[in-house]
Amino acid sequence: MATTTETAPKVTYRVPKKRHPVLAFALTQPLGTAGLLFIVVMILSAVFADVVAPYDPLQVNYMAIMVPPSLEHPFGTDNFGRDLFSRVIYGARTALAIGFISSLVGCSIGAVIGMISAYFGGIVDTLIQRFMDVLLSFPIIVLALAVVAVLGKNIVLGVDVNLIIAIGLPIIPKVARVVRSSTLAIRELPYIDAARAAGFSHRRIVMRHILPNVTAPYLIMLTAFVAQAILLEASLSFLGLGVTEPTAAWGLMLSGSAADFYLEAPWMIIFPGLAISLAVFAFNLFGDSLRDWLDPKMKM
Amino acid sequence: MLAYTVRRILLMIPTLLGVAILVFFMLRLMPGDIVELMLRGEGADVPQHVIDAERARLGLDQPLFVQFFSWMGGVLQGDFGISMWTGRPVSFEIASRLELSLQVAIMATILAVIIALPLGTLSAIFRNTPIDHVIRVISIAGLAVPSFWLGMLIILFLLTFFNWIPPLTFVSFFEDPLRNLSQLIWPAMAVGYRYSAVATRMTRSSILEVMQEDYIRTARSKGVYERLVVARHGMRNAMLPVVTVIGLEFAFLIGGLVVTEQVFNLNGIGKLFVQATARGDFTMVQALVLLVAVCFILINFLIDMLYAALDPRIRYS
Repeated sequence: MATTTETAPKVTYRVPKKRHPVLAFALTQPLGTAGLLFIVVMILSAVFADVVAPYDPLQVNYMAIMVPPSLEHPFGTDNFGRDLFSRVIYGARTALAIGFISSLVGCSIGAVIGMISAYFGGIVDTLIQRFMDVLLSFPIIVLALAVVAVLGKNIVLGVDVNLIIAIGLPIIPKVARVVRSSTLAIRELPYIDAARAAGFSHRRIVMRHILPNVTAPYLIMLTAFVAQAILLEASLSFLGLGVTEPTAAWGLMLSGSAADFYLEAPWMIIFPGLAISLAVFAFNLFGDSLRDWLDPKMKM
Repeated sequence: MLAYTVRRILLMIPTLLGVAILVFFMLRLMPGDIVELMLRGEGADVPQHVIDAERARLGLDQPLFVQFFSWMGGVLQGDFGISMWTGRPVSFEIASRLELSLQVAIMATILAVIIALPLGTLSAIFRNTPIDHVIRVISIAGLAVPSFWLGMLIILFLLTFFNWIPPLTFVSFFEDPLRNLSQLIWPAMAVGYRYSAVATRMTRSSILEVMQEDYIRTARSKGVYERLVVARHGMRNAMLPVVTVIGLEFAFLIGGLVVTEQVFNLNGIGKLFVQATARGDFTMVQALVLLVAVCFILINFLIDMLYAALDPRIRYS
């Protein structure tokens, strides 16, 4: 009798691969990834504008006024002979700085107000909600225009603080509303009762137990409102009430002399407008996908 | 239902009062003084007593709360005051420009609805197919393109191909409907794109949500044609949120027009608002902001009422 050596059957288990979250996001959200890539490119070219831009954005050249796009000037030049490609690159700096800061300020204040409103409830909640209703009944551009007109200009470190307030203010009530409803749901959960029973302070409960649970909607709104902020900044600058000459800003590049000359020199408006649209588009794509990814049921 | 309606109407009052207070006192914080701007604006040497007399005539020398109550008193009687800049009644200045803005807003709404309903529905039915992707990209782009830039592109296009430039004067719809429409269709398109994008997205997500309901499965299992399921059971029930978005966007359209009217050289409410803000014409800005807020709050109210009327499950106590 031949002896057979018994070998244990080989069993392979399929363990679901734990992908890196960035990779998982990239695989399931192709549109959002495209948006994210564009945002990264935009941030890089804004940060390294000195290297990327072929000319000084403020350099006036009367020998090359309203030159059509060419190899020398890829986007052409404006009526002062300034290189439009360089101005669009430097404009990304303005748009992203103001967009990010206003969205961050607006969303953060809104989130704090929303959490306070829901956590304390009662008369605090009613008063805050009424005030948010008042803010919500202004169209955003009307509110921003009024704030700009009232506060004027106040430039700190090259950024107009009052412009940021004007753009951030309309964001606050919207964020406050969403965060409030998330907090209301969380407030009723047992672990909040437990924290309260343990005698934690309001501050600690809000910061340590509620705040982490509203991070997902906060991040989604932060991204989405960067888009709105960029668009609003462009509109205000277009009306002459936002960023002012000679700073390179996309909205500003569409107003003033560009508005007078664009029928003869269409490139003067085509490229800055395209820049605004693509930037806002990228943030919207990314924000949308981020919502699908983190919190598909969220309503904004 | 009646009790709810009454309470809802009463609740509008504090919000409106809040808007009025906020606008009034915010404007009073504005730097610069309209009287000085008007009389000394060109660098003219106007004696102080003339300035003081003009301030007294406009009532600007009185304490703030007196000014506020006299303004509110007027508003309650339908008197919005005299424009500090033109000297004509505010209601007259607004009325003469309202027709234009309102018409553009209505045309944009119609355009948006015509485009959004079919596109949103298609996008939902063909979810995650190339059709859906294309429609979604188009509608996300609609949220990204600034309306004033789109307006400039439209003018550029019309000039290049049809040698058309925005007219300097505006013809009323009641004088010459065709010419009027040919003038206003372009600004309506410029603001309507964004509007339709918002409505398309809402239609899509709303239909997707409704199509997961039990009654849709019931209808399908009864053997109802898919087309009927979508049209009768899906779309009808999905319309409420869409109506909301259309209503709210309509209220905000006045805001969108602020910038677009500039491009098309339209002398409407939006342009008036920008001018009044730049000139510090308090009475005008107050009245315009209040007007827009009233529109917004009223539309909000109507939508709530519509909800209650259309959806028998919603009963307010």
